[in-house]
Amino acid sequence: MSEGDPTRAGPTGSIPGGDGDDELQFRDPEKAEALADKIAEIGDDLPDPPATVMHVCGSHEQSIAKFGLRSLLPDSVRLVMGPGCPVCVTNMPEVDEAVALAEDGVTVATYGDMLKVSGTAKSLDDARSEGADVRVVYGAQDAVELAEDLDREVVFFATGFETTAAPTAAAIKADPPENFSILSAHKYIPPAMDIVAEMPDTEIDGYLAAGNAAIITGHGIFDDIVDRHGLPVVVGGFEPLDILAGLVKLLEHIRDGEETVENAYPRCVTEAGNRVAKEQLWDVFEAVDGEWRGIAHIPDANLELREEYAAHDARERFDIDPSALREASASQHLQECICGDIMAGTADPTDCPLFGEECTPAEPVGACMVSSEGTCKIWQEYGGRPEL
Amino acid sequence: MNDTASDEEERITLTHGTGGQATRDLVSETLTAGFEDAGDALVGLADFDDGAVLPVGDKKLVVTTDTHVVQPPFFPGGDIGRLAVSGTVNDLAVMGATEVRGLTSGVVVEANYPREKLERIADSMAEACREADAPVVSGDTKVMGNGELDGITINTAGVGVAEHVTPDSDLSPQDVIIVTDTIGEHGIALLAEREGIDFEADLESDVQPVNDLLAAVLEVGGEAVTAMKDPTRTGLAGALNEMARKSEVGIEVTDERVPVTGDVTGAGELLGLDPYQIANEGVAILGVEPTAAEPVLAALRDHPKGENAAAIGKAIDDHHGRVVLDTGIGNRYMREPSKEAVPRIC
Repeated sequence: MSEGDPTRAGPTGSIPGGDGDDELQFRDPEKAEALADKIAEIGDDLPDPPATVMHVCGSHEQSIAKFGLRSLLPDSVRLVMGPGCPVCVTNMPEVDEAVALAEDGVTVATYGDMLKVSGTAKSLDDARSEGADVRVVYGAQDAVELAEDLDREVVFFATGFETTAAPTAAAIKADPPENFSILSAHKYIPPAMDIVAEMPDTEIDGYLAAGNAAIITGHGIFDDIVDRHGLPVVVGGFEPLDILAGLVKLLEHIRDGEETVENAYPRCVTEAGNRVAKEQLWDVFEAVDGEWRGIAHIPDANLELREEYAAHDARERFDIDPSALREASASQHLQECICGDIMAGTADPTDCPLFGEECTPAEPVGACMVSSEGTCKIWQEYGGRPEL
Repeated sequence: MNDTASDEEERITLTHGTGGQATRDLVSETLTAGFEDAGDALVGLADFDDGAVLPVGDKKLVVTTDTHVVQPPFFPGGDIGRLAVSGTVNDLAVMGATEVRGLTSGVVVEANYPREKLERIADSMAEACREADAPVVSGDTKVMGNGELDGITINTAGVGVAEHVTPDSDLSPQDVIIVTDTIGEHGIALLAEREGIDFEADLESDVQPVNDLLAAVLEVGGEAVTAMKDPTRTGLAGALNEMARKSEVGIEVTDERVPVTGDVTGAGELLGLDPYQIANEGVAILGVEPTAAEPVLAALRDHPKGENAAAIGKAIDDHHGRVVLDTGIGNRYMREPSKEAVPRIC
């Protein structure tokens, strides 16, 4: 908790656990203005405006929306969110598997954000209200502890990118109890960045990569994306000044035609990343082809448990049969949801006829309105992209 | 799923109790639908203001009612008794009736409820009444069966007389927007208590009657005080959006001018709650003509309940019905919460 001045101004004013210096360092309005001026200056010299910059992280979007960063950008710069919400890209058939397991009497534990995400016919929350045992946990280790406490099968419905896949891998490596298994819906971001970079409608000129995932993978992982697609990648942190500074670097590279990776978050990210976490991740998981909800079939972007951990793989342990669930057709609203286009960067939430009307955080239709990392929910909370 | 969707529409959800759009829709479609005739009310049910205004001779009588279901009934900084009195007194005061002529108290208790707790609640109601100089003039008590009610519910109604009515719909462009105290404390304190989270910080509800404070405001500002509002369930963001919508103006707010304690800011960041969307029970929002802003602020700061008062922005003739927040870095809209961050908060 911040100490000292009891009436420090504004919810943007302090960082939990931080001191006043942090605030000055990362949320200083004068520095922000200087960076915004710099962006405007570069914006005048861009070769083929507007330049489309994509970030791939819900935490980036939260900061961008909360601090109104888009209001600082010139018309020549377009900042969009890509497939950066792990809950949102979890595929409907994966949710169906979790629902089928829960309805078969297995205890299913998962992140709170997953509960209201609809499968083909129903969500885990629906299953729970019909009597299934669905528990909210904060991570894989919580689910392991749940399995230790319960005298029954516990399946951790494991979702998320590298940042949550690494802790799941660590839990599997730590010899969990026999009644613990995972239903992996983990995803790996770099192959998705590959696919989205080549989507004809998306027309990305540069990536602002997520600093949190890069802490694990290292920024060296983006060299291939630069080589394959000829666009710059800048790794950025999450405070408003981190993002603005990252954008300055990225736009400079776009202006100068430089195809390169730059680390604009050096206080946390290294080239090699977290070696131990990476080793555990790839020791436990292998990358396989799979569908990302509403986006595309992506090669090597789903993380599946390796065969030697089959004892803890729910897909091996149980005969999961979601066919009955899939016979039902998705609701009319769900069919109208444009979450996939939003995650591909080709549409804004405000382009969706359901946004803020039939689809709200209280009564979400698509996954982008369910998760706190979803673009729609973030725009609903902070007012999206006003012309201010 | 398709069937349950239509089933859900037939049922009341917690979202209907947030005080936001869902509440307005439900109430206007059901509870107020048969009461279009507002009689000779100057401010009536359809206005969705903090209270009604009825002409009586040449006087303006303000009437309001409020039902309190807070969970837990005892929380840091107050209890359901203090809340029940303060809530109704403040609803009267923000309409301009700072002198309370009388309150009613309707208490519904669950069988098996400890008598000692009821006594504590009654004591704190009495104390809040003394503080607000508000007499309870009529009452009613009912007991429901064990399990038929969650502990205790208190309804209070109040009447007062206003010289100058200050509805939430009378802002004009250029009016200065003032908050009388630091915001977000009631909601954050309640949530921390309910979830058993120990922040090692002094998180206490701000629940208090502010009619004395607003009397001081009106004495100095008079008719230059154009609008007042009680930012309860939907917090500062909800109240400002409602004022902007009803007054057909925009409101511009500067983030760094909004008084929030460091404890509330920190707890809010940890809990993922925006202090602007959290309930207050001892704060008022004022719209004041520019010339009166300084004297009103001075009067507020002279009063022990208004030491942290601040001018946070102004009404503008742009972005009608919306609130624009200058975050210090970029601008964005300050949205009304669509879902109650913390249910059963008042």
